[in-house]
Amino acid sequence: MNYFFSEEQEMIRELAAKIAKEKIEPIAADYDESGAFPWEIVEILAKSDLFRVFIPEEYDGLGGGILEMSLVVEELSKACGGIALAYAASGLGAIPIMLFGNEEQKKKYLPRLAAGEMLAAFGLTEPDAGSDAAAIKTTAKPDGDEYVINGTKQWITNGGEASIYTVIALTDPTRGIRGSSALMVEKGTPGFDFGKKENKMGIRGSVTRELVFQDCRIPKENLLGREGGGFLVAMKTFDQSRPGVAAQALGIAQGALDKALAYAHERHQFGKPISSFQGIQFMLADMATQVEAARTLTYQAARTIDAGARNVAKISSMAKVFASDTAMKVTTDAVQIFGGYGYMKEYPVEKMMRDAKITQIYEGTNQIQREVIALQMIRESMRKKG
Amino acid sequence: MNIVVCIKQVPDTTNVKINPETNTLVRAGVESIINPFDMYALEEGLRVREQHGGTVTVLSMGPPQVEEALREAISLGVDEAVLLSDRGFAGADTLATAYTLAAGIRKLGGAEIIFMGRQAIDGDTGQVGPGVAENLMIPHITDIRKIESIAEDGTIIVERMLEEGYVRLKTSLPVLLTVVKEINEPRLPSLKGKLAAKKKEITTYVEEDLDLDSERIGLTGSPTWVQKIFTPPKPAGGKLFQGEAKEAVAALLAELKSAGLPLGAKEADNGID
Repeated sequence: MNYFFSEEQEMIRELAAKIAKEKIEPIAADYDESGAFPWEIVEILAKSDLFRVFIPEEYDGLGGGILEMSLVVEELSKACGGIALAYAASGLGAIPIMLFGNEEQKKKYLPRLAAGEMLAAFGLTEPDAGSDAAAIKTTAKPDGDEYVINGTKQWITNGGEASIYTVIALTDPTRGIRGSSALMVEKGTPGFDFGKKENKMGIRGSVTRELVFQDCRIPKENLLGREGGGFLVAMKTFDQSRPGVAAQALGIAQGALDKALAYAHERHQFGKPISSFQGIQFMLADMATQVEAARTLTYQAARTIDAGARNVAKISSMAKVFASDTAMKVTTDAVQIFGGYGYMKEYPVEKMMRDAKITQIYEGTNQIQREVIALQMIRESMRKKG
Repeated sequence: MNIVVCIKQVPDTTNVKINPETNTLVRAGVESIINPFDMYALEEGLRVREQHGGTVTVLSMGPPQVEEALREAISLGVDEAVLLSDRGFAGADTLATAYTLAAGIRKLGGAEIIFMGRQAIDGDTGQVGPGVAENLMIPHITDIRKIESIAEDGTIIVERMLEEGYVRLKTSLPVLLTVVKEINEPRLPSLKGKLAAKKKEITTYVEEDLDLDSERIGLTGSPTWVQKIFTPPKPAGGKLFQGEAKEAVAALLAELKSAGLPLGAKEADNGID
């Protein structure tokens, strides 16, 4: 299959695949068990320059975009969707700085993110504000040349491990979500602490925690974009980050398919490899077809964003919905092909099935994504009529 | 410090088949890689440079496609890459290879430390390293598992792996060291390194560039004559004793005893309790 990658993109993909196979796959089960943060892998990714791929060259990056980031996430996710998330979530955290940061803010953080010296994270979700992101309650009260942040962000990937956090908080609660702003908070700022570490079903090789703010003072220069523009920062960030989630789902699905295919050759029943049975063959064929379709859509979304298209919400959401639904289906089928062994932790596919589930939920549930897709469709058709 | 690392490009598989008609390796469809032991040599060269400064030059002898292996070495961070490539070098055995590589190292102006892998996974001889050192008239130590120190006065202390344990050895530079895989964990290439490797110019030396006796290179200079290469037949038969170790061993001993093998009276009488 030719995906029309540049030589450099092919190089990125190959290197990420090598790290996934040689360094991540052997330890994926251990991290799944322990739930520890995979610093040893982050270090390898940093040394290999993989954190540089999506950062502009003027900030010590290699000047790629969302496609390059997605290729890395896909390859890493083939070995472990959890460990890959440590990388992907830092990418998510870097996006608002790249999109909305001023020169000074970019210079301060992007070179260090590119070098992998620090990780980034993004915080929007709260206990009572999930799909209804406009319901956030965290406040950032302007006070002289500072903001004073109070509130709690929930289920934040890389929480406690990342050094720089972009959080959305209400700088003017009277205006509701139109009074929200995106603020960068460094780990170690007084009044900024981390809550409990979540005990998750899957992606256990990544860390998910609460961000707790109690009279946390940050300088006003940490504002990203304009005051009142917080919701826009969040939405534009997600438009660009969704192909990353799609790539994670795609990698998990491909990883499960590879395992299922290999197992179907090895496993003998009725005196034959089970790959010789049509029931299994049809399953494998469907899985492969779905994965290939998800891949095409994911790359298309990434390439659309990298080409600088204006309205990317629809294609971005389509990629996320389709790839994550595919991952859930393909990993479930992979467990089925493995039969009883598939249900056991000694084999890798049950973990993949657990890892896949989150991709249908986070960075906007698939139901919210469908709403985004439909709304843009309706808007487009109205525009044509008018 | 001038460091030279010699590498060999080999077929990537332990399952290489042998053509029974010609007694040669079936190379078709087999990808070429840097000999795995040489990856440890490269890593150690880079680590010594990181600690003591200097340059690392990677050197190989072979056909033009070896350039690919040299570029991989550059992507790991070596400074220069040199290929010795000439039709006249073809068909070299370990003696001629060592002689030619030594001439290449002399051409580079010598080195304080020359690193090589303990052996290549295709030939498995382990002779080229010591051969190069002899040609250069410098000391060599094989199977290094650790460099303990390299002192200002040019002495080096290393640990040489033995079947059981190790010996600690001290010698003076220049020295040739062959390494075992216990010495380090080779790094992965970086993207910046890979991009640099694409652009980097690789120096190629042909026969005329080196100070060589043409009788001692290539096939002409190779006294080794391969009479036959074959895959040894797997030992047939045998009996597997399974189950709990104690019972399995007891069953084995009983079988040996009944077969009339001279077992020590004590073991035979007391079983394994």
